[in-house]
Order: sequence, then C-alpha cells, then structure tokens
Amino acid sequence: MEKSIAELRETFKNGGTKSISWRKSQLKALLQLINQNEDSIFKALDQDLGKSPVESYRDEVGVLKKSVTYTLSCLEKWVAPKKAEVPLLFLPAKAEVMPQPLGVVLIFSSWNFPFTLALDPLIGAISAGNTVLLKPSDLAPACMSFLVETIPKYLDNKAIKVVAGGADIGVRLLQLKWDKIFFTGSPRVGRLVMAAAAKHLTPVTLELGGKCPAIVDTLFTTPSKAKVTAKRIVGGKWGPCTGQACIAIDYLLVEEKFASTMIELLKKTIKRFYGETIKSLKNISRIVNKHQFQRLVNLLKDPNVANSIVYGGSVDEEKLVIEPTILLDPPLHSEIMSEEIFGPLLPIITLKNIEESINFINSKSNPLVIYAFTEDETFKKRILSETSSGTVTFNDSMVQFLCDSLPFGGVGQSGFGRYHGKYSFDTFSHEKSILHRSFYPEIEPRYPPWTDFKLLFIKLAYEFDYFGLILLLLGFKRS
Amino acid sequence: MLMENKAENKAVFDAESAKDVAKELRDSFVTGKTKSYRWRVTQLKAMLKMLDENEPQIVAALRDDLSKPEFESSLYEIQMVNNSCRLALKEMNHWMMPEKAKLLDTSIAKTSLTTFPSSAEIVSEPLGVVLVISAWNYPFLVSLDPVVGAISAGNAIVLKPSEMAPASSSLLAKLVADYLDSSCIKVVEGAVPETSALLEQKWDKILYTGNGRVARIVMAAAAKHLTPVVLELGGKSPVIVDSDINLKVATRRIIAGKWSCNNGQACVSPDYIITTKDYATKLVDSFKCEPERFYGKDPLESKDLSRIVNSNHFDRLSKLMDEEKVSSKIVHGGQRNEKNLQIAPTILLDVPVNSLIMKEEIFGPLLPIITVDKVEQSFDLIHSSGGKPLAAYLFTNNKKLKRKFVETVSAGGLVVNDTAVHLAIHSLPFGGVGESGMGSYHGKFSFDAFSHKKAVLYRGFAGDAFLRYPPYTPGKLTLLQALLSGSIVGIIRALLGWFWA
Repeated sequence: MEKSIAELRETFKNGGTKSISWRKSQLKALLQLINQNEDSIFKALDQDLGKSPVESYRDEVGVLKKSVTYTLSCLEKWVAPKKAEVPLLFLPAKAEVMPQPLGVVLIFSSWNFPFTLALDPLIGAISAGNTVLLKPSDLAPACMSFLVETIPKYLDNKAIKVVAGGADIGVRLLQLKWDKIFFTGSPRVGRLVMAAAAKHLTPVTLELGGKCPAIVDTLFTTPSKAKVTAKRIVGGKWGPCTGQACIAIDYLLVEEKFASTMIELLKKTIKRFYGETIKSLKNISRIVNKHQFQRLVNLLKDPNVANSIVYGGSVDEEKLVIEPTILLDPPLHSEIMSEEIFGPLLPIITLKNIEESINFINSKSNPLVIYAFTEDETFKKRILSETSSGTVTFNDSMVQFLCDSLPFGGVGQSGFGRYHGKYSFDTFSHEKSILHRSFYPEIEPRYPPWTDFKLLFIKLAYEFDYFGLILLLLGFKRS
Repeated sequence: MLMENKAENKAVFDAESAKDVAKELRDSFVTGKTKSYRWRVTQLKAMLKMLDENEPQIVAALRDDLSKPEFESSLYEIQMVNNSCRLALKEMNHWMMPEKAKLLDTSIAKTSLTTFPSSAEIVSEPLGVVLVISAWNYPFLVSLDPVVGAISAGNAIVLKPSEMAPASSSLLAKLVADYLDSSCIKVVEGAVPETSALLEQKWDKILYTGNGRVARIVMAAAAKHLTPVVLELGGKSPVIVDSDINLKVATRRIIAGKWSCNNGQACVSPDYIITTKDYATKLVDSFKCEPERFYGKDPLESKDLSRIVNSNHFDRLSKLMDEEKVSSKIVHGGQRNEKNLQIAPTILLDVPVNSLIMKEEIFGPLLPIITVDKVEQSFDLIHSSGGKPLAAYLFTNNKKLKRKFVETVSAGGLVVNDTAVHLAIHSLPFGGVGESGMGSYHGKFSFDAFSHKKAVLYRGFAGDAFLRYPPYTPGKLTLLQALLSGSIVGIIRALLGWFWA
C-alpha cells in the first residue's frame, strides 16, 4: 500500500495530473466507464442494497453523469486564474488568485450511495489536478469490488487508485501523510479522521449527518398541495435508500390538529408507491446488513416507542427489510429521537404551534438539511435566520442535491467543507495568491531610517488618502 | 505584601473557567445579539476608536515586548487593523447579502430542468462562538485582524493573545474589556495551561496563528468537537534572485521584508535567498552596503530594528549561526548583544544545504544565500526543502521565469519583484498550504472564514416530475435517462408530467 501511495506522489510530482487535457481525458474516461457499465452498476446496487434501476439511475448513475458533464464543460473556466483588485497605491501591479492541486488526496466513501459518494468527490479531485486514492466502503461489497476491478480499466492507474478493505485498511491509510482527506460518513468516524489528519496538518472535508427534520405547515387547505407535500415527504424519506441517506428526512414536525390528516395522506402515498404490506413491498431498497437491521429493530424495542407506531412496523429479518413505518409522538428522550435514524422509520412530532419547530430543531445539533413545507414568507425568514443547517430546502426534499450551483455540506456536527459543481473543484484546490510588482516606482517611505514624515506618508497611503498624500508631498501637511 | 495579595487574588483559569466563558458567550450568541448589523458596526467602530485613542500605549507595549520601532508598530499593527475595520464597515452590508445561485444556466439547462421551477441562494450566517489564538510577533495585528473578521461575520469571540508578548497581551485584555462588548468578546490571557483549558471546550471555529507543532495540538483538540480550523503557520519563504534586474531596488525590498518586519521574525519574511553562482558576488556586495543606509554603521544601535523576543529564541538563533560549517559563512553582520537580546542583520553565503539554518524556519535576522548554477535549479531546491512555505518571492525581468515560478512553485502566496506586501492587498486571500497552514483570511476572506454559507433552495408546488416517484417502471427509467441527458423529447415528456401528478 505504501508503494501505491509513493507512486501517486511520484506521478503528482512529475506533473502527470497537471494538464487540462489529462484531467479532461480522465473525466471522459469516467463517463465512458459509467455509460458502458450501467447494467453492472445496477446489478451491484441491487445486490448490496436492493435498489431498483430507477432509484439507482436517479440517485447514482444519472447524478454522476450530470456531474462529469458539467465539470467537463466548466473546467477551463475554473482552472483559469482570477484577477484580484489592486489598490492604486500599489500600482503598477497585477494581482490574481490561481487554483492549484493540493497533491495526493484520500477519499473515503460511504455504503449507502456507493457510487455517488465515491465518484462525485473523485470527479472534483481529478478536475483540480490531484492524484487520488479512493477507499470505498466494504459494507457495500459488490459495489466496492466493481470499483476496484473497473476503475483501473478506464482511468490512469498511476494517478488514480482504488483500495478494497474494511476499517483496518482505513486506519492504516490514516497513518500516512495526505494533502487532503475527503470523508463521507458518521460523526464518530469523522472525529477519528480529523484527529489523524491533525498529525500531518492535512486539511479535511467532512460530510457527516444528523437528524434532518421536515417542518410541515398548514397546507391542507389546498388538497393538491397537500398531495404534493405528502409525495415529496414520502419520496424524501423512503425514496433514497429506504431512509439510509444523510439527507433523508429523519422526522416530521407538524401541528397537532393536522397530524391525523398528514398520517392518512402519508399512508395512502406509501401504499401507492411501495405496496400495501411487507410481503408486497416493491420499489424500495432494503437495509444494508444485519448490523444496521438490528440497530433499527432495537429502536422500536422500547414499548413506549412501539406503542407509538401508527403504520407499518413489520420486519423481515431474512430479506433485511423493514416496511415503511410511521410513529406518532414517540417519547422525545428515546433513542429514535436522539440518534440519526438512517432507516425507514418516520417519527411525527406534534406541536401546538408550528413556530415551536424552530426551538425544537435548535435543541438538537445542526442537521445537514432542514426541510420546510410552508408558504408563509415570515415563517420562512424565521427558519432561515433562527436555525442553522448545511442547507435549507423549502417545499421539497432531496432535490437540492441535484443543484450544481449550490454548495453541499454541513455545519457543526453535520460536518464542514462542501462540494458539488465548482465547489468540488475548489475543495481539492489551493487558491494561491499571486502579486506581480514592477521595479518602478519606488516608494521611499517604505524604508528606514524612519522619520515622522515617512510615517505620516505611509499612514495616508494606507488610508488611500491620495489627496492627503499630495498635500504632504507639496509641503502643505505637517507631520 | 501587596504583590503577594495580588498573586493570591489572581484567579486560576482552569477547565471550569473555560467552560464558564464558553457558556457565557454561547448564551450571548443565542440571543441573536451578535447577528445584528448594528452590533457589528458598533463593535468595529469601537475598535477604530480603541486603536485611535491608544496608539502611544500600543507602541509602548510593543516596544516593551519586542523593541519594535514605532514605524512598524504604527504601520503593521495599528494601521493594518484600522484598514481592516474600515473595509469591513464599508463592505459588510454587501458581504452579508445572500448570493443568488444560478439554477438556469444556459450551458447547463438540462441540469436544472429537473429542479425547475425554483430559485436558490447562498446565505451567510455566523458560525457561533469562535476562538482566536494569536502569536507574539505581531501581537495586535494577528489578534485583532481575525477578530475584525469574526465580528463582521456576527460571531461571539474569545481571543487568546500570546503570553510571549506579555505587555501587549495585558494591554489587549484591558482595551478589549474597555471598548468592546464584553458579553460577546472576551480576552483570556495565559500560557499553555490556559490555552489547553480553552481547547477542551467546543468552539464553532478556531483560528490559530503560530507554528506547526502547536497547530497539530490545536487541530487534534478541534477534532474532538468537529470544529473547523484556520491555521496560519509559517515555513521557509525563499527569495529567488535572478540576474539582470534592478539590484538596488531588489535588495532594498528584501531588506524591507526581512529586517524591517520585526527583524525577520515574521511568517512572510524572506527566509533565504537563492541566486546563481555568477550573480552571488554582486548580490552580496549589494547586501553589504544597503543595510547600512537603513540601520546605520552599528545596527545594534539602530532604533529601527526589533530585538529578538526572548532568550529562548536568542539562543536558538545563536545556535543556528554558530553551527560548525555555518559560522564561517557569515559575510556580513553577525554582531550580537545577549543582554539586550539583539542580533544584527546577518548575511551568510553558501551554507551547507543540510545545516540547521537551512532545515528549520529561521524566524530571525539571519539571511543565508544559497547559490545554484542556473536560476531554474532554484525551483528544485525549493521543492526539496521540505514543506510548502507561506510565501515565495522572485526578483526577475524574465517573463518565462516568472511564468514558471507562478505555475510550479507551491506556496500560500507568491510575489514577483517585491516581498511581503501582498499582505496589504485585501482582495488576495492570505493563508498557507501544506505545512504552512490551511484556510485563509483578510478582506472578505475573513468574513467568509467565520461564516457558514448556507445553501437555500426555494421550490414551488407546481411541476412535480412524476419520474421521481414509484412505481418505478422501465418506462420511467427511459424517461429519466432522457431527462438527465437533456434530450428535447425526453424533456417535453417529463414536463408533461406536470399534468399527471
């Protein structure tokens, strides 16, 4: 493994990844990889997570194709140095900021979107001109094997490598020196990654999680809006990997008086989308493995929690399936309300007044996303200014992920750093400041021996008080 | 008797105290006080007043701590912070405005059709309660400049000045308490125990200026709370001197960046020079006469040179100068006064590349000149000398060399034909890379460093692409593929989904 990394460093040092043509060729090759292997990708996702091809395309294949295409079309623009303004005092001079690759980067991806979370950061790292070691999650073994076998067939092996393995490999990788580490996963492991990075002063981007709430305001006056809301909530909870997504809706906040209407709408939508019973469940992923399955089942063990189930609750241990489950007001101190659920259980918390949702959300750590279904402009403003989250999405779920012009990342316990679109390029770049000066003219007051005159001169200069400077030079100002 | 009582009354700043401070600031932040534009403006104006009304005291404190010449104190410590405040006051309104995010870019129309109709923006919000740990060499500048950024972004702040500049530290504590809002901005003085106590607490951001060793401790502590950090460190900032230049101007500019910046004790001071063997003699001659014009015949008598901060650093620098194969390479200067902690501007020629003086950041008035056969070889030398520096400088009139320099040398910032001045240009981000640090600040970058850029997407209820939802049929897959790939037919069909919801 150390040999691989040495090779990556050597390739970077020799400038193998610098040229725009290299970066473009790699991105095009990645696009080819995806295009030519769609079926294998669908198969691997079905094997690891029971994802249907539509879900796989929507959340993984399609997202990646879009991302590569967008990056290819913008790369030249992003790589170009940007001019910076120079104050009059420093002229003649030219200032600019030039993005440079950081060097050898390490990407850790997660098991729930094994392609997107591995390859989207990879796109950013390549576009910025780095060499990369990718460590996919072994909890999605078919996808990991696919990446390990297929990437070397399409991409430059000297610059982009994939390593298989579990947590032990991860630990070994973290002992080494990297120029950047990009991590998607849990806050617990995020801490370990950052602590290891600290030893080498390696900058990190941590894409973590949290309990993403969905606030539902009064929308039930308009049946069509209510229906769309229900669809978007259901789509935002069970659509992405049956709730095993960092941006999936974790729990709902709704006013008491609308709770039953909400539940009925959700039930109808769930049945239409996924089927009536656990036996007839379709169009939905499964739980990734026994460990996660057990964890989720345990969340329902508490009798107070179990009693709050108003829909669903059935599990199939053999198939690792838990049917879409809705709970109404489980105890707030229960684990299901204090831990990130990351599964198909949807607690609905009722409030007397929807405005209380702000305090409720603030009592928990900053989530990755806050979803709010409301048309009340004042309430929207309050949510924006009184809560803190990576992103806020009004009146929909999940789609913010598709916007290349929006930074995707967390704050507080949900992480720091961001990517998507140009932000991916930036996150793997160092923005180098450059100042070009000319030998003339010379500003004498810069140099000792210091006198009061020189001091006043520089003070005026610094304040860009050019008029004052002229007065001083003409002798009209006393030092 | 009085001194004893003072010692007893002075409270120990321990973990409990740190917790109290953090809690008090968090409670203040939660009230929303620091978020208001008015609060930020009042604090910045108060800081301007603070600097204006206390210039002599600040100059005196810096003279105590570093024998810093009044000019340097006035210019680099007071005036630069003054400028930052005024820039923030002028631009803050603009910085605080949400930034519209383009969703319907004609070159990527196909992308946004999946999310149409909607609008998006990026909203800046304060991170919360931030910790600024500063350094001893520019005690006011590197304490207050980050604080200006943190205030402009609407945060509550703890400032921990360096104990190695004690007069400045205690003056800062007094002035901040007198002029700024102490319920939201506090100074905690102290050394390692106090800093450690602070680092145990949870902060929303930490900005640390100092060295790599302590930076690792800061980042490791931050990791426990997932706190993002900005680390402003240092490195060996090289100066490449080509031939065929205005040597006098180049020499003066190197002198200004080296000895007139706290006598070389600055993170962006030129650390060492690389020049060709052919040009070396000319360069050394220039360095033999120019300094005298600045500092006089006996530099130790000059009032325009800082002293070395303390005996530890004096000893460290002496060791560098006295190393066996190095001491004979001194071609100019070398005078020392241990009692006054003074070392004169000293030039060395062709010290061994593996000597101590070439291995660690000098941070003092010693300037080694390394010679190479061809000026292009200097790039290899820079890259082989360990970590990426905070700054790198080149003096040349050769366009090709400039281009190679700019494209291949990796450093926080580069300057061609000058030294150190890039710090004063607020449109340039100031920060390091690799061993010289991470993150950046100055100007709007300070505001950004202490802000969370929150993405906000506004969606309407119309236009719900039925493709998003189950049942997932093969037909839907085809349509989704068409939509995401941007085919016109596919798009039309997807839009028709509006009527099928």
